[in-house]
Amino acid sequence: MTNAIQVRGLTKRYGDVQAVKGIDLDIRRGEVFAFLGPNGAGKSTTVEILEGYRKRDAGEVSVLGVDPGRPTREWRSRIGIVLQTANDAAELSVRETVRHFAGYYPNPRDPDEAIAAVGLTESANKRVRQLSGGQRRRVDVALGVLGNPELIFLDEPTTGFDPEARRQFWELIEGLAHTGSTIVLTTHYLDEAEALANRVAVIAGGQIVAEGEPATLGGRATAKAHVIWDEGSVETDTPTKTVLELSRRYDGEVPGLAVTRPTLEDIYLKLIEAPRD
Amino acid sequence: MTDTATGTAPSRTTATRAMPSALKLGLSRGMVETKMFFREKDAVVFTFAFPIILLMLFGSIFAGPLEGSGVTVSQLYTAGLIGAGVMGAGFQSLGIGIAGDRDDGTLKRLAGTPMPRSAYFIGKIINVLVIAFLEVVILLAIGVLMYDLDLPGQVSSWVTFAWVFVLGVTAAALLGTAVSSLPRSAKSAAAVISMPFVVLQFISGVFIPFTQMPEWLINIASVFPLKWMCQGFRAVFLGDGGAMLELTKSYELDRVALVLGAWVIGGLVLCLTTFRWKGRRDG
Ligand SMILES: Nc1ncnc2c1ncn2[C@@H]1O[C@H](COP(=O)(O)OP(=O)(O)OP(=O)(O)O)[C@@H](O)[C@H]1O
Ligand SMILES: [Mg+2]
Repeated sequence: MTNAIQVRGLTKRYGDVQAVKGIDLDIRRGEVFAFLGPNGAGKSTTVEILEGYRKRDAGEVSVLGVDPGRPTREWRSRIGIVLQTANDAAELSVRETVRHFAGYYPNPRDPDEAIAAVGLTESANKRVRQLSGGQRRRVDVALGVLGNPELIFLDEPTTGFDPEARRQFWELIEGLAHTGSTIVLTTHYLDEAEALANRVAVIAGGQIVAEGEPATLGGRATAKAHVIWDEGSVETDTPTKTVLELSRRYDGEVPGLAVTRPTLEDIYLKLIEAPRD
Repeated sequence: MTDTATGTAPSRTTATRAMPSALKLGLSRGMVETKMFFREKDAVVFTFAFPIILLMLFGSIFAGPLEGSGVTVSQLYTAGLIGAGVMGAGFQSLGIGIAGDRDDGTLKRLAGTPMPRSAYFIGKIINVLVIAFLEVVILLAIGVLMYDLDLPGQVSSWVTFAWVFVLGVTAAALLGTAVSSLPRSAKSAAAVISMPFVVLQFISGVFIPFTQMPEWLINIASVFPLKWMCQGFRAVFLGDGGAMLELTKSYELDRVALVLGAWVIGGLVLCLTTFRWKGRRDG
């Protein structure tokens, strides 16, 4: 099966700012792929080029077998988009908005079911203007998944979500992935990337600085463990042995004992430090 | 938490179903646009109240008859303000509306869906037609009830009204669409678009008769559609008696059609070449 997204040597410049400096990417069909990276790294630029919004300067790009620089209606109907920012259609109610947008697609989801999937059933008759920031964002997500897309782009979809809404969103994404949709998202929440993504790419300064499964990214799986207790700490490849020794030394319980591996966040912070010098 | 997509896998049919037609989506957008317009109370007041207040004001201040024509000044204003009202709906409120759509992400969101782009414009045209029609009805009602304006009895006058209205609204709407690309943001749109419109109303004979205006101003006004639209409406509502008030002692309906038609074509070309689906910050 062909890749859902294939990118070779993608570049994009705004005036003096080289926002994307040569990105290569293969995203398989059915994969959940997350972009991580600091503010201004080039995530939105990359994603919006893939969505057919922005013109690239150079590189080859194929999204569902089509060059996004020449989008067609048919292609658009197979793609769902959640943009990073939007504050439109404020005078319509949630239900009116979702029903209206469902009409654009040849094979839409049931509008009320889409509203329920983002947990807005209770607010369905409220004007979009009256929603809270997080509720507004959920409307964006509902509109993004409305067309039963084969491929969904979500640019920081859960910004402003409360913890429960975030979990609900994760379930929605897992459900979509379960039906075979390809999902590309950007996020600043590393737990989100870890929970959802099969693969992540870290972008910094317009380049991909690391790519892989969240569990193994940047050598995470083979990194040394940290053993900490009240009177000291060591980094070691054999934490079990260390703990046994400590236990013998203290003759039982080790005061304040903790064994940690680097979190995705530790790895991430190390990765994005590198290209800044 | 049970009502997520997890349990109910949406069926993805492999056979592609037909895309909804542009006309159907255009009508659907027209309904949504109109609904949104009337829910935004400030914009409704801004659009409708301006010509109404001006008509009441001018109609009361300058109430006398005009010599030898059987036409009163307030009747003249009614006809002129109908032209201004139609232009306001097409040019001003549409131009500001589209600039807002560009700024708040409406256009960007729509461009990301499979909606055919023509559906957006069909929706806007429906919206403008509804607003302009209501405006004319209200102004005519005021004219008839307060200023003894007689509604024309002949079918031919209403035919004239129909084509002046349709050509006028279309030209104004196309110009409004084109001008919407000028302001840098929604905030500046009201100023950038309203200013030239107010000036145009003053030089196009809406408030001040051409007989009191220097020739060079009349020449400038003659380039733009508002003068001709107002002239067309005067032909409909003031009748033969009012023709002698015109500069050329005639309503020149053939030239009205010509100039408005030219603006329709010019406006269309302008829109097709300059319309931006993106805001200035969208890369
Ligand atoms: N329309 C634009 N015009 C000019 N420069 C832009 C534009 N859009 C983005 N940039 C610049 O390009 C760079 C990358 O921006 P981009 O929005 O892709 O970052 P991002 O990774 O999405 O950041 P964030 O996490 O803050 O959303 C930044 O330096 C930004 O200032
Ligand atoms: Mg971004």
